Amino acid sequence: MFKRLSPPEATNEAVVTFRFDEQTVTARPGDTVAAALLTSGISICRSTPVSNAPRAPYCMMGVCFECLVEVDGNPNVQACQAEVRDGMHVHTQQGARRLTS
Amino acid sequence: MQQCDFAVIGGGLVGSAIAYGLASQGHQVSVLDEGDVAYRASRGNFGLVWVQGKGQEIPLYSRWSMRSASLWAALSQELFELTGVATQHHNPGGVHLCYSQAELANREVELNALAQATGRQFTFDMLDHDQLRDLIPEIGESVTGASWSSWDGHANPLYLLRALHNGIRHYGGEFVPGSKVNRIRRNGGSFVIERDHQTLTVGRVILAAGLGNRELAPQVGLDAPLVPNRGEILVTERMRPLLDLPTTYLRQTGEGSILMGDSHEDVGFDDGTETPVLAQIAQRAVRALPALANTRVVRSWGALRVMTPDGYPLYQASESHPGAFVACCHSGVTLAAAHAKCLAPWFAGAEAPSEITPFTAERFHVQTSIPA
Repeated sequence: MFKRLSPPEATNEAVVTFRFDEQTVTARPGDTVAAALLTSGISICRSTPVSNAPRAPYCMMGVCFECLVEVDGNPNVQACQAEVRDGMHVHTQQGARRLTS
Repeated sequence: MQQCDFAVIGGGLVGSAIAYGLASQGHQVSVLDEGDVAYRASRGNFGLVWVQGKGQEIPLYSRWSMRSASLWAALSQELFELTGVATQHHNPGGVHLCYSQAELANREVELNALAQATGRQFTFDMLDHDQLRDLIPEIGESVTGASWSSWDGHANPLYLLRALHNGIRHYGGEFVPGSKVNRIRRNGGSFVIERDHQTLTVGRVILAAGLGNRELAPQVGLDAPLVPNRGEILVTERMRPLLDLPTTYLRQTGEGSILMGDSHEDVGFDDGTETPVLAQIAQRAVRALPALANTRVVRSWGALRVMTPDGYPLYQASESHPGAFVACCHSGVTLAAAHAKCLAPWFAGAEAPSEITPFTAERFHVQTSIPA
């Protein structure tokens, strides 16, 4: 559904690779996790705390909190505000986070 | 010609509960709401339906709170059936946390006095740390114990407000948003209410405009010496259920976020927030539930309490302007059921509820002569 304005061959920058659940996702340096997911065709990043409905990144600017994911074990991270890093582990945020002390 | 039986000035929780009560009893009601330029205490509050500790100076206030708390579940159910809006009312009892043996002992003395003053209608238990941990597994080690009362609970104040608004419309009442009441004047046996682009002639008028009652009350021979008192609140991201019952300063909402309150600040009409105050609130919350330390706060806000000089409500019928009343209080959530079910009938001509007799403005008036 989403595609980049410039095709991959337009850049010779290195590729960043990370895991999203069981998938390997490639992105460009400087991408946000949300942008990387959307350009890889992944649109569901979480399920809601109350009704368990699926959600996708929406505002892409840190406001709507629709794009919550778990990053390296850290719950409820806004994917649109987190930059991709090589080797990071991103998971779908399933419902509300648990509180762990 | 009267256009309406009642005008309720103020569309917050107090005005809406009263208007809902009147409309549900078959009266024609218009709710005149100033709009979002008003201070909107009903949009900024914490959502406790709370009894414990209230009314130490005036035990009838405890009885009034208990009356409302005991009517709350039925009101909530009734509103849900009428409007489809659930208030999330939940009454698992509530706790007030104490951080030392001395504090715990003081609390017990206070609540015992309150239980006695209410003829043991108000009941409570004191919990030590282990008993408290059975109720709240995440409770912090530094919490010595708590007082617990089955009277306490909580609800979502925004859904309550929406349910009341929908309920008023369901019974044919009118909710008129958008401009302030400039003036109220008498015209024969009626009241003429002047707004920017509208005048309304009504039989009775109820002032429920929160802090706005200060200016309105004298126009109908009443006195409402209210002062704003700011409370700040923080709210966290949504979490799995971990706090089943409300505490005085912490509660988990139906959606999973945790509300952390509160402050009591004398800062005039400033409803903003200040970082040091928010930090203090957060520190207290983390002391109660240490696991909160790694949660994110997603919003914070300040709101102004509607406070009388002694903190108790003000309910009064005007003697000089029969048919005009004032109603204001800080506890619009707790008292919503009493306002709808017991206070509204009084405005429509029934006997005043016996609990409210102390709450007229005469108690604020300085005695100018010493009796011989």
